[in-house]
Amino acid sequence: MQGGAAGLAYRGRTASIGFAHGPFVRVDAGTNGERVAGTLVEEALALRKAIDTASGQIAELATIAGGEAAQILEFQVALLEDEDFIEAIFASIGEGEAADVAWRSALDEQIADYNSAEDEYLKARSSDLADLRDRVINILRGGGGQVPRIPSGAVVCADDLPPSRFLEIDWSGGGGLALKRGSPTSHVAMLARARGIPMVVQLGAIPDVGATALLDGEGATLELDPSAEQLHLFEKRREFHRKSRASARAILRRPTASWRGERIRLFINIQGVEDLDHADAQYADGIGLMRTEFLLSERGGPPDEETQFRAYDAVLRWAERRPVTIRTFDAGGDKPVPGFTMDGEANPFLGVRGLRLCLARPEIFTVQLRALARAAVRGNLKVMFPMVTAAGELEAGRKLFADVVQRLQADGIAAMLPELGIMVEVPAAALAVTSFKASFFSIGSNDLAQYVLACDRSNGALAPLMDPLHPAVLELIARTAEHGRRAGVSVSLCGDMASDPRCLPALMNCGLRELSVNASALAQIKQTIDRLSSGGSLG
Amino acid sequence: MLDKADGQIFTDNVRLVHAVGMHARPAVKLTKLAKKFQAQISVRVAGAAEWINAKSVAKIMAMRAAHGSTIEIKASGSDAEAAVAALVNLIATDFPDEAS
Repeated sequence: MQGGAAGLAYRGRTASIGFAHGPFVRVDAGTNGERVAGTLVEEALALRKAIDTASGQIAELATIAGGEAAQILEFQVALLEDEDFIEAIFASIGEGEAADVAWRSALDEQIADYNSAEDEYLKARSSDLADLRDRVINILRGGGGQVPRIPSGAVVCADDLPPSRFLEIDWSGGGGLALKRGSPTSHVAMLARARGIPMVVQLGAIPDVGATALLDGEGATLELDPSAEQLHLFEKRREFHRKSRASARAILRRPTASWRGERIRLFINIQGVEDLDHADAQYADGIGLMRTEFLLSERGGPPDEETQFRAYDAVLRWAERRPVTIRTFDAGGDKPVPGFTMDGEANPFLGVRGLRLCLARPEIFTVQLRALARAAVRGNLKVMFPMVTAAGELEAGRKLFADVVQRLQADGIAAMLPELGIMVEVPAAALAVTSFKASFFSIGSNDLAQYVLACDRSNGALAPLMDPLHPAVLELIARTAEHGRRAGVSVSLCGDMASDPRCLPALMNCGLRELSVNASALAQIKQTIDRLSSGGSLG
Repeated sequence: MLDKADGQIFTDNVRLVHAVGMHARPAVKLTKLAKKFQAQISVRVAGAAEWINAKSVAKIMAMRAAHGSTIEIKASGSDAEAAVAALVNLIATDFPDEAS
């Protein structure tokens, strides 16, 4: 974005939405020169004092911050109180190392160890250790741990900011955070979102000029010393954001959607755990589709049971008592996965994909089923199989799943068989829907339409023919919904149709009462159902 | 070291049921509890070569005990028996937050 003559504008990535207009303050951790080391005794005393000071500062921060932030900090305090760990550092000082050098090398060793771990949890802890390392070194260098005075409502700029520094800043008067580096998935981003502080990361080089700043967390921009015109545009964006959020929120907060007196359940589709960070996700009736293919894209082969369990468990914890439907790996077709999917299929969309592939690769499928069986005891979990053609496939999957549960239980591990359902995306499954002993059905309208219409959905030349509202597609949706109504099992639709307001009247007329949409479409879909239900137009 | 300590040595073992294994929060809770006792307390993942000081959070973290592993605990000293029982209970009950 181009600013006016005076204003400089920078673009980064959004870490937390919102707007801030205030004084521009840099808190770059200025490494204020080298320390001059003293005698062995002086060095030991200096480190002891710095550790005590740091410990006090962190404990105080934890008390003020509370909750999740306090837990992040508690680990740092525990490390400072770890005699074994600290003694080794004093031993190095006894051998002639300067206090800051000894401290840094001990912490750097731990950080490297954590960074080398496979485990994401352990890796994330390394930034907490870096935070602790820098705090103590800062004190040793005479920084005295002085909290920089930051005026209320300031736009704070730093290279990166550790969680403890974020918590030291008084955000009660608003303000924002502009980081040259940083990441939207960091601890500090999590804290900023929780506090409603706008935050933009990865802004790159920002010159050392500027007295006031405009930070737009929505557009991910930072403007320095803005012109009157920039300020005017900024205020307009801020106002627009405020109003549109307010009206969408108002709709979302209303009790559940209904269609001519019948309750409509609105779920969300997620691709990964981080999709739950969307501000509107909390208003969903649950998760209608959690895809699990993201787990396959990690380096180093298929994910282990623990990694999978953690992902599923995180979503179940988020959902509390609401239902969470997790779809088993849907690889193949247009989603090849090296080392998993078949190579050289002439027609992969009609090939070994979805449940077909999982049944062909039990060594990979069993690991996912184990993780799901363990997660099932921790929330309201439902599991569905994709790309099912015949009832026998569902039963083969069920048998494999039941065996997994039995083995886990025999080993004394808490596990259970969750409710099992299928995706209805193969026309044969829709036509013979009564033959499946499924606890629920979820219509995958994208693939269903592609197969019924014989149109490759990735072929742009067929776009005009690829109409999900074709009567043949709607006929299959209506049949499935009708079967669900008669048999008393739930039927939902999780394809793109559900997120498209133009398709809603047809879906309601087919008898569907459960839809799973993208979180960003939730407000609009709810609003559209309300309007249609009260006889209005699509609007 | 421990084996030479005076008095009886108490031992027990317990399965780690915590979902993500011995991570920061459980490790902090374990060391905090261990420090409440006078006894020298050591832990290890069953079968590991080295015993680890249960009062060192850095070493507990470095142990990388995974979900489902068995943790062996041994202690010696005046309140060793109570210490072992308390740690077993903490791990078996999945590191509950203290009632407050």
